[in-house]
Amino acid sequence: MKQEYAIPANTARQPFFFNRENWLKRSLLLVMLVTFLVVLVLPLMTLFVKAFQSDDGVFVGIDNFINYFQTPALVQSLQNTFFIAAMTTAISVSLAFAYAYCLVRTDIKGKTFFRYAAFLPLFAPTMMHGIALVYLFGNQGIFTNGFFGLLPAMDINLYGPVGIIIAEVIYTFPQAFMIMLVALGNSDYRLYEAAETLGVNKAKQFFTITLSNAKYGLVSAIFLVFSLSFTDYGAPKVVGGQYNVLATDIYSQVVGQQNMSMGATVGILLMIPALLAFFSDQLVNRKQSSSLSTKAIPFQVKQNRKRNALAFSFVTIITICVFLVFAAVIIAALAPGWPYNLSFNLANFQLESYTGGGFTAFKNSLLVAALSAVFGTIFTFIYAYAIEKIRKMTGLRKAGKFFSILPVAVPGLVIGISYVLFFSQPTIELFGSRFTNPFNFLYGTIGIIVLANILHFYSVAYVTATSALKKLDKEFETVSESMGVPMYKTFFKVTVPMCMPAILEMAMYFFVNSMVTISAVVFLYTAEFNLAAISIVNLDDAGNLGQAAALSVLIIITNIAVRILYELVVYWIQQRRKYKQNQLTEGMVMNE
Amino acid sequence: MSNTDRSYLSISHVQKKFGRFTALNDISVDINKSEFVCLLGPSGCGKTTLLRIIAGLEEPSKGTIIMADKDMTNVPPAKRNFGIVFQSYALFPNLTALQNVIFGLKTKKLTQKEIKDRAREALALVDLEQVGHRYPAQLSGGQQQRVALARAVALSPDFLLLDEPLSALDAKVRERLRYEIRSIQEKLKITTIMVTHDQDEALTMADKIVVMNEAQIMQVGTPLEVYERPINAFVADFIGSINFWKNQNQEKLAIRPEHIRLAKSGGIKAQVETIEFRGPVFRVQFIVYDRNSDLNGSSIKADLTMKEVHEFHLQKGSEIHLDLSLDRILAYDA
Repeated sequence: MKQEYAIPANTARQPFFFNRENWLKRSLLLVMLVTFLVVLVLPLMTLFVKAFQSDDGVFVGIDNFINYFQTPALVQSLQNTFFIAAMTTAISVSLAFAYAYCLVRTDIKGKTFFRYAAFLPLFAPTMMHGIALVYLFGNQGIFTNGFFGLLPAMDINLYGPVGIIIAEVIYTFPQAFMIMLVALGNSDYRLYEAAETLGVNKAKQFFTITLSNAKYGLVSAIFLVFSLSFTDYGAPKVVGGQYNVLATDIYSQVVGQQNMSMGATVGILLMIPALLAFFSDQLVNRKQSSSLSTKAIPFQVKQNRKRNALAFSFVTIITICVFLVFAAVIIAALAPGWPYNLSFNLANFQLESYTGGGFTAFKNSLLVAALSAVFGTIFTFIYAYAIEKIRKMTGLRKAGKFFSILPVAVPGLVIGISYVLFFSQPTIELFGSRFTNPFNFLYGTIGIIVLANILHFYSVAYVTATSALKKLDKEFETVSESMGVPMYKTFFKVTVPMCMPAILEMAMYFFVNSMVTISAVVFLYTAEFNLAAISIVNLDDAGNLGQAAALSVLIIITNIAVRILYELVVYWIQQRRKYKQNQLTEGMVMNE
Repeated sequence: MSNTDRSYLSISHVQKKFGRFTALNDISVDINKSEFVCLLGPSGCGKTTLLRIIAGLEEPSKGTIIMADKDMTNVPPAKRNFGIVFQSYALFPNLTALQNVIFGLKTKKLTQKEIKDRAREALALVDLEQVGHRYPAQLSGGQQQRVALARAVALSPDFLLLDEPLSALDAKVRERLRYEIRSIQEKLKITTIMVTHDQDEALTMADKIVVMNEAQIMQVGTPLEVYERPINAFVADFIGSINFWKNQNQEKLAIRPEHIRLAKSGGIKAQVETIEFRGPVFRVQFIVYDRNSDLNGSSIKADLTMKEVHEFHLQKGSEIHLDLSLDRILAYDA
């Protein structure tokens, strides 16, 4: 029988034993939530409220929406946007699926080359695809003139839906391709072997095994591409002509007519597909995580010449198209006299001599991208760490998790407008009371641009950080705690070094995207602090297409250089790890 | 308050709920100083949760944890002075074996030399001085687990917690490590609590076994006690093999296979159903056909030596008499 003890009188459970470690963790989580409140929740709430107010701040219910649907021009652009997004989705996802299929399920040569070629458009702003199309198919385009009269003229009526759709396909193709690559890579060869032994023919195998395995990826890709092309601003701006879409509407409402309420209304419409994409993705992720067992055998490619020839031709054609776009922009940048004077020179790169201060804008962009990369990576990684590795405070962590993946559902334009609405107001009204806006000072500074970029690209970086953190034993923190080692020490000594490749990947991602993005920052830049992506649009507007192309080329070169740098550093880290271990193993052999 | 015969670690009336799910229900255990205790039970019985509560990694919904007369229920892990070893080793991959051991020592107020000496000592304890400069990836599973053990004891903790430390290892390595862990524990006289689902591990290593099932403690006792005198049918069934049957009074009776002997006459009549060679013994399954026995018509398994099997020329279908020694039969309320 167990002895009964006099239990100390004070057994009332203290809710939280006070010590520095816990205090630190709790503060970290609270700071994280406050950050999300300021950079995400409050701006979005302001936007949401604005959509139900008149321009002078009176509550008008859904009047703005009624107003919207009663304005034929606006309804027209909603239809246009749907048309663009639907067409882009159909074309881009089919091409991406086929391209990924060719790379995963055949043994053609040059797979690495083709994979990188498909990623190329990620390094360029969407306006660049538009500019390239103008050079290829515009009024003076190479194809339009039939290669200086060598071929029959070919006018595809670029300005309008055709141009936008082509540009959006180029823009969204790499993103869809990435998803399809993963989806098709996650296959279990045992299923195909089983089908073979049962005598199921190839076509049926494709539909019952391949498609059904890739279906979640396909759904993801469809939603993502739809949402991206639904909200893109750059391509319609350059090749849209008179064809209005929501993204250009919102810009003219907010910047042109200063009609904030209508801007907010359009912003909410813009968010709908992205929100749908977000929720479908959550659903898909939950289902997909259980679909592939660890025992799965990777797909084994059998020899098939005919199939390989077909696949090779297909990926070559697509790659040529991608290169054509880049070649066109490079020619545009290097041949100022195009198409009348074919001499190549660097005149277009004399960006400072033209209005818009192209070179200053480029330097500003570098600064913004670098700051976004540094601060974005630091914040994302620390927050992801807090969410993943703190043991208690489940509620706070769950909230943090939700806010971390939510930004992916907020299009750049919506971030831009909600930031204008929230940060520009000198006072905030919250639950009926009014107080000064402590963040108002950010408005019109580089700070707000960096903040917008970090939020815009937060979720992808967060997922990168989280998956790297998940690979580390979850007991590292427990063991450290048992030894009385403070959490931050384990973080710096173990977690950060172990996650270095992921951290670099995050920084690279923030940098590259901050260089090319226009949607969020188009509302936030100032005349004194211009950005390269915006300069491209302004130069294009002013008819200086050559300079716009030159600036695009500068951005691409920078981004590719950053990417190469990233690859080199990661390679170096891996080599060093291997070297350290090999050296030791050799030393050991010699000792024995 | 101070009372010398009081146990070193006292867990009283601990309850843990995760939402609606009860992981632990009114758990009370006393652990003496320098004792090696095994928490044994099937997966999901709550043994790991109990270990985590002792470590301070989870907080109990009710109940108290008293260590050396101090109420530690709400004390955070870092202040409890324990060492812990996990199934996954949890060695820091970017630090060498020696650096892993040093990692925790650095927080103590020690000189550089003392730190190094103590780390080397700890590695020597697990017989791994020579591989201190290697990274975890360059060590075998057994070696990694020994480094983890060295890391845990280097801080001279008051008690050692082992969370299924041997489950990830091969059978051979596992057996060697059982012995090694136990001898280190005896050498250091460190109070140790080990979670395991492996009854052999518990029986061979522990001073005291806490058998758990469905969030409750079934039995606490020495290995011999829980094996020889299991307190209920669950414990009897979970530890070792056993035959169950019911008598006329609806009592549940049980006997272990090794307590059944063969006889030329007397006992109960049975026929061999299957013979399974298990190395040291034969596991023979009989079917009883004896109208005078409660076992009539049911199967019963016995572990027999090779000698017995040969002596009685046992083969499938052989008819034989079984001797169920009365003092070996256990009885439980049904």
